[in-house]
Amino acid sequence: MAKNIYSKPVLFTILATLTILVGTVVTMFVPMLTAQMHPKLEGLKPYTALQLAGRDVYQSEGCPFCHTQTVRPLKTEVERYGHYSLAGEFYYDRPFLWGTKRTGPDLAREGGKYPDSWQYAHFEDPRAFAPHSIMPSFAWLKKIKLDPAQVETHMKVLGFPYTQADISALAGKTELDALVAYVQTLGTAVTVKAQATVPVTKKMTHVPNPLAGSHEAIERGEKLFEQNCQACHGKEGVGYIGPSLRDKDIFLYVRGNVPDDDYFEIIHNGTHPGGIEDGRTEKGGMPSFADTLSNDEIWSLVAYIRSLQGEK
Amino acid sequence: MSVYKMGDYHYDNQTVRKFIYSSIFWGVLALIAGVWISILFWAPGLNGPGWLTYGRLRSFHVNVMAFGLVLGALIGIFYYITIRLTKRPLLFPKIARFTVYLFNLAIAVGGWGLLMGYTKSLAYNEFEWPASLLIVILWVLMAVVILGTIIKRKEEQMYISLWYIIATVVTLAVIYVVNNLVVPAGLFKSYPVFAGVNGANVEWWYGHNAVGSELTMATLALFYYFLPKSTGLPIYSHRLSIIAFWSLIFAYLWAGAHHLVYTPIPDWIQTVAIAMSIFLIAPSWGSVVNGFYTVREDWGRMRTHYLTKFFILGITFYGIQTVQGPTQALRVVSSLIHYTDWVVGHVHMGAMGWDALVITGAIYYIIPKIYDTEIYSEKIANTHFWLVLTGQIIYSITMWIAGIQEGAMQKAVNPDGTLKYTWDQIVAKDIPYWQFRTLGGVIFVAGMLFFVYNILMTVRKGNALVASKA
Repeated sequence: MAKNIYSKPVLFTILATLTILVGTVVTMFVPMLTAQMHPKLEGLKPYTALQLAGRDVYQSEGCPFCHTQTVRPLKTEVERYGHYSLAGEFYYDRPFLWGTKRTGPDLAREGGKYPDSWQYAHFEDPRAFAPHSIMPSFAWLKKIKLDPAQVETHMKVLGFPYTQADISALAGKTELDALVAYVQTLGTAVTVKAQATVPVTKKMTHVPNPLAGSHEAIERGEKLFEQNCQACHGKEGVGYIGPSLRDKDIFLYVRGNVPDDDYFEIIHNGTHPGGIEDGRTEKGGMPSFADTLSNDEIWSLVAYIRSLQGEK
Repeated sequence: MSVYKMGDYHYDNQTVRKFIYSSIFWGVLALIAGVWISILFWAPGLNGPGWLTYGRLRSFHVNVMAFGLVLGALIGIFYYITIRLTKRPLLFPKIARFTVYLFNLAIAVGGWGLLMGYTKSLAYNEFEWPASLLIVILWVLMAVVILGTIIKRKEEQMYISLWYIIATVVTLAVIYVVNNLVVPAGLFKSYPVFAGVNGANVEWWYGHNAVGSELTMATLALFYYFLPKSTGLPIYSHRLSIIAFWSLIFAYLWAGAHHLVYTPIPDWIQTVAIAMSIFLIAPSWGSVVNGFYTVREDWGRMRTHYLTKFFILGITFYGIQTVQGPTQALRVVSSLIHYTDWVVGHVHMGAMGWDALVITGAIYYIIPKIYDTEIYSEKIANTHFWLVLTGQIIYSITMWIAGIQEGAMQKAVNPDGTLKYTWDQIVAKDIPYWQFRTLGGVIFVAGMLFFVYNILMTVRKGNALVASKA
């Protein structure tokens, strides 16, 4: 042991390097050479110019610090967000933006969950939608215009297809426009979810609201309304992003009242473009509150909405 | 400064000092950013536009802490240790001096960029490519100085700390270069060559081993040098050091994918990473045992030598950290605490408990040595110690509780199988914990300011001493 490796620095450095390379080669380098690390979902499309610009904003503003983009294959996660994430969804993601922390909810299935108008309003004032939200307001992104030439450079570097019309359409668009466009693409390549089964309700009989007219229910409904509905339907249901709820004569854009249990179903299931509720075609845009509200709470809301319409 | 000629210890000592001051400067900025973003968790209205928003300040906090404070201090201390263990001045003193300026330029460019929103969005590697390029050049030059000095050493045997220094230099070089393979799209933007699941696998191979080299191997190099120095006791077992060293650097590189449990990367990579994470307890605790048994010769030194407790408490938190980490890798534990504040508590115990104690302890040792004097105030050093210890414990424990609560609430279901809590309800329950976290952070930062004051006063004392001798 007179001359061991601890007195031969060059040999020592080579041995140390080889030692760290074993795990590197087996778990990182070799898998990279195989197809399992480069899967692509059928129907997955590269980002458009506007979506990519939005993805850049998503990176710049550090959105991945609070929002993940991977739904784990766990029962409650699939229940909360939708189908678990698939390896093939991320083929065009450079870099991947899975994140490490959920201060806010996962966004892997955010695309199409709410209408654009909801996304804009939420980015501007998150606490109007979730009273305890700690998300910063991103209203200031409205003031920053995109630079079409820069976006074009980015598209070129990534090799995504685009036309000159796509680029010139960016003129005048803001960073918030781009961010909304990007968020609306998240998870849209995975269509295994509810959209595939647009609910069609054909019922001849109707169930009345078991809590109709209850003073307690109306009060409870009012609180729930402020927390869950006001941001879209306006204060006391006068209408904003979503339609007015005060006028029972025009509902789901058609003249004529709908029964209590149809209200219930719309709150419970949400609406889906092309879905049919009691013979009326839905435009979509209303999110489902099945995970958020209990049946009793939904009936309380219906009671409150009726009270707004002047029904006792 | 001109009194110090190149090629003697004084010149190199100046380089070491400059690195330490620079790292303290960046560290204070990163600490302030840390406290501020912890406040944004319970006062979100304080978010401003642009660089005043959480997402930008958070990446500034993490990257300036990891590269400004820790890396800067480590390079300086590596130079210091290398000189002493090779019994000669640095081989290329001018290059070593140049690395100080390069270092500060890289952190300034990278940190400013993050505040402007220029980020690669890769964890622990967020600086955009111009700053990363500067860091690569810095690292290569530093490697030339350190390896060159070691090759031309005047002491036959390389002591344990030099092994860890060499391992850090090599590992960080490999992982940093690979994870920075990007295609620039202008000065302020780049896209990585790796995409999707493969990108994730490369990133966490990097991320885990950035921590493994910078915050583990490098800090162990300091520990093995300064523990015997500050206690006057030799390391308990040389053989244990050898076994712990080789098994640690072997196993670390397999474990990165434990950050990706239940994600869409291939299951076998996750499982191998989990198994290797459990294995890592052994070499980690090799160093813990070595540290404890070293001081077992005379526990009284925890009282009589004020620095001993920095290193012993440091290695204690390292010990807890290296059991907690592998436990978190297990699928069943991961399913509860991954993506929650638990992990934030875990990371901060390592950073505030292990790394901060060992690095500040090392600086307390170095600065008086450079000036041939004593520390300005042991009492202030003790105040610093107890404050950072208290702050760290408040921080970690509140985040562990918050994390378990978040995980449990996210998983809770009603009897009919529907989810029990909305996201808003989960966040509402977090607020008091986030406020307590700020309290822990403020106490920790107060402790660090005592440290900065103590160092500045020691330097003042040292300068006066130099002047009186001249």
